[in-house]
Amino acid sequence: MVNLTIDGKEVAVKEGTTILKAARFAGIKIPTLCYHERLNPIGSCRMCIVEIEGLAHPMTACNTPVTEGIIVTTDSPRLQKMRMETLKLLLVKHPLDCPVCDKGGECTLQNLIHEFEIEGTIYQAEREDRESLYPTPLIHYWPDRCIMCLRCATACREIKGLGAIDIDGSGFNTSITAVNRDKCESCGECIQVCPTGALTENLGRYKGRPWMVNRVMTTCTYCGCGCQLEINVFNNRIVGITTKDDIGVNKGSLCVKGRFGYEFIESEERLTKPLIKKDGRFHEASWDEALGLVAEKLKGIKASHGADAIAGLSSARCTNEENYLMQKFMRAVIGTNNIDHCARL
Amino acid sequence: MAGLATAFGSGAMTNPIADVLKSEVILVTGSNITENHPIFANYVKEAVLKKGVRLIVVDPRKIDLVDYASIWLRPKPGTDVAWINGLLHVIIKENLHAAEYIKERTEGFEELQACVEKYNPEYVSEISGIPSSDLINAALTYGKAKPASIMYAMGITQHITGTDNVKSLANLAMLCGNVGLEGGGINPLRGQNNVQGACDLGALPNVFTGYQPVANDEVKQKFEKTWGVDSLQSTVGLTVTEMFNATEEGKVKAMYIMGENPLLSDPDVHHIEHCVKSLEFLVVQDIFLTETAEYADVVLPGVSFAEKDGTFTNSERRVQRVRRAIQPRGEAREDHWIICELSKRMGYHMDYGSPSEIMEEIRTVTPSYAGITYERIEKEGIPWPCPGEDHPGTPILHLERFARGKGLFSAIDYKKPAELPDKEYPFLLTTGRVLEHYHTGTMTRKGKALNMLYPELLAEINPEDAVGLGIESGDFVTVASRRGDIKVKTIISERPDRGVIFVPFHFKESPANILTINAIDPIAKIPEYKVCAVRVERQKDRTGD
Repeated sequence: MVNLTIDGKEVAVKEGTTILKAARFAGIKIPTLCYHERLNPIGSCRMCIVEIEGLAHPMTACNTPVTEGIIVTTDSPRLQKMRMETLKLLLVKHPLDCPVCDKGGECTLQNLIHEFEIEGTIYQAEREDRESLYPTPLIHYWPDRCIMCLRCATACREIKGLGAIDIDGSGFNTSITAVNRDKCESCGECIQVCPTGALTENLGRYKGRPWMVNRVMTTCTYCGCGCQLEINVFNNRIVGITTKDDIGVNKGSLCVKGRFGYEFIESEERLTKPLIKKDGRFHEASWDEALGLVAEKLKGIKASHGADAIAGLSSARCTNEENYLMQKFMRAVIGTNNIDHCARL
Repeated sequence: MAGLATAFGSGAMTNPIADVLKSEVILVTGSNITENHPIFANYVKEAVLKKGVRLIVVDPRKIDLVDYASIWLRPKPGTDVAWINGLLHVIIKENLHAAEYIKERTEGFEELQACVEKYNPEYVSEISGIPSSDLINAALTYGKAKPASIMYAMGITQHITGTDNVKSLANLAMLCGNVGLEGGGINPLRGQNNVQGACDLGALPNVFTGYQPVANDEVKQKFEKTWGVDSLQSTVGLTVTEMFNATEEGKVKAMYIMGENPLLSDPDVHHIEHCVKSLEFLVVQDIFLTETAEYADVVLPGVSFAEKDGTFTNSERRVQRVRRAIQPRGEAREDHWIICELSKRMGYHMDYGSPSEIMEEIRTVTPSYAGITYERIEKEGIPWPCPGEDHPGTPILHLERFARGKGLFSAIDYKKPAELPDKEYPFLLTTGRVLEHYHTGTMTRKGKALNMLYPELLAEINPEDAVGLGIESGDFVTVASRRGDIKVKTIISERPDRGVIFVPFHFKESPANILTINAIDPIAKIPEYKVCAVRVERQKDRTGD
């Protein structure tokens, strides 16, 4: 164990722990922007700077390991001023377009600007707009909003092992761009970790503000991974899929189907009424008519040919409860064990 | 599933996916996980990239996961028993097997040892095309690692020897003492969100919920009592493939199909179409008018997962909540409501206030789900078996002993696939999924997002074969088998080996399952989707018209 002092508090942590983690362990909050629990420290934003007694310059807490006996200060007028300068410099590029930004209301940068009481764009700089090419049409990249924290590129490399995107250019004209377009799986891991509105879903904007949508935690309908995701609902319509970093097997990750494959739910082609076929054509019917006809036909076939002349297919799409009822229906009501589903296919 | 059940007494994933982070070696075979189980793939990549775990990929296709592998073996499709026996042979010869574990926890080792004696690397190489040095390298890597885990999916099971393939993998895992420990295990990855749950809840012809046999009198009486009926059948029913065959023989007259689309998903579609037409009465319950629903007499509109409450059980056996987010569209209704209403009209009273009440009934008749309540899984799912409300669930199976007592080795010989390429049909067809689409495309092909990324079917052909056929990427070819033919656009790719063509099965305009063979594994009744013989011919005008 390594002993150190943070803001006058004595802390003992395992060797190799960073100052940021030691502080969090001690219940002391250090502001961060580029740091993300699921990623190795990036150290690009300098919001987490702390003073270490005996050192002339502040150090970034996210990537500095603790050493025996150090005395750390996380909050001082000097640190506060430096952090404010950092944020002011980010606003040179980042527009205050929060009213039209999909991220407004749950933006880490917005929250920090508010917390540090920065009054607006203080510094100006001349710069030219650059074309930036993102590797997937499902995600919109807003170069001006991008604060170059590199969470997106790091997540693509570390979590997905892909490295489809990376930093390009220098100075104010730096942007994130596709460096390995073919590798992109459109999974949206980059959106998930982006602390600003620099990456937004491209399936349509202005669909619902974060504080207006109802987020319902559920289990994904696609493969057997069983990812936990939140369906974002506004006015009984699905406006997006999000997830949380600390829940389920996916821990903040989703794939392209889980994150973007929700349009089918509100497709115009959905069946909305029971259908009965007459003379080779389907006609809409009431539930009473349709269910009455099914019951009558099944009863008739059971009476004339026996229960085993009827077979049922249940579904891996349906819930456990529905599968249970389907096999109960076939076994107890029809009277046959002719029940299966597509596990084999 | 039948294969693992024979070997261990339970057919599910033995370990949670996160366990691969604790493995020394991971062997992935017949499973294109980066496309079919993308989140499980994250764990494998993390294990390799951050933990230094060595990865062995055994797959006829050069899938993306190969980029992360230390060793890649490329067997000819359908030769799995041979290369697995080859690994067993080398591990035993090199004395790397877990003698103590084998003695204490397993049976049948002597027969296995005798059986794999002839599968020396040279013999295996002849059958599988895997160079003997690569096979030896893989055997030593797996054999020396502790713990090592195995993952497989439909690339192993969708063969006429599917059950044999799985038993062989079980042999390998047990031989090295890798079952029943953290970081080890053998994990069949379930392709659909609730395949595990559908099996657990008794949507199978031979078992009630929790794999309780229909032929067991005590079990039967328990269900009769709970359901208030007096004569449940004790004879095993028909599997999906047998059901369709029985329609042609006139034995099955009516079918009730809920949320399935066999007209695209089942092998030899022309055959299924004929079967469905010969039915007297067909009810289809789905959210779309699927290819199968077109043939129905009555179509009942169900709802999607976003419109209902309930639970799904993931591939790790974890029972997790599904929650209603939006109201059902139009007059569509939850499938559980539809079944209850139909049941009432058939004279049997089925009435539940909510899906949680159905779960309460499930618990009373299903020992492995007995401790699972909606309250307990509100925040986090629980992996079964969970025999009581004070039980935390079981992330790792077979810890102290196997579910069946002793683990059973099976001595298995290699058998050829049902249909191999010949002069007339010189290519080998293998089918599967792509990342952007899902099963028969009912869901993924309805919106714009996924179709923007993958708008049309692309059949993968090896560059050398492309030269032979005189085609370039984007050209159309006719793929014909003894059962039918389809026109497909091609993409030239290193992924398939020479002589192999890969066709995804999501696309109704070029249904791959017109080509596939209705040959099934005799035990698991799984069709051989991964191997059949086809002829590939260039379209003269190079377009699809």
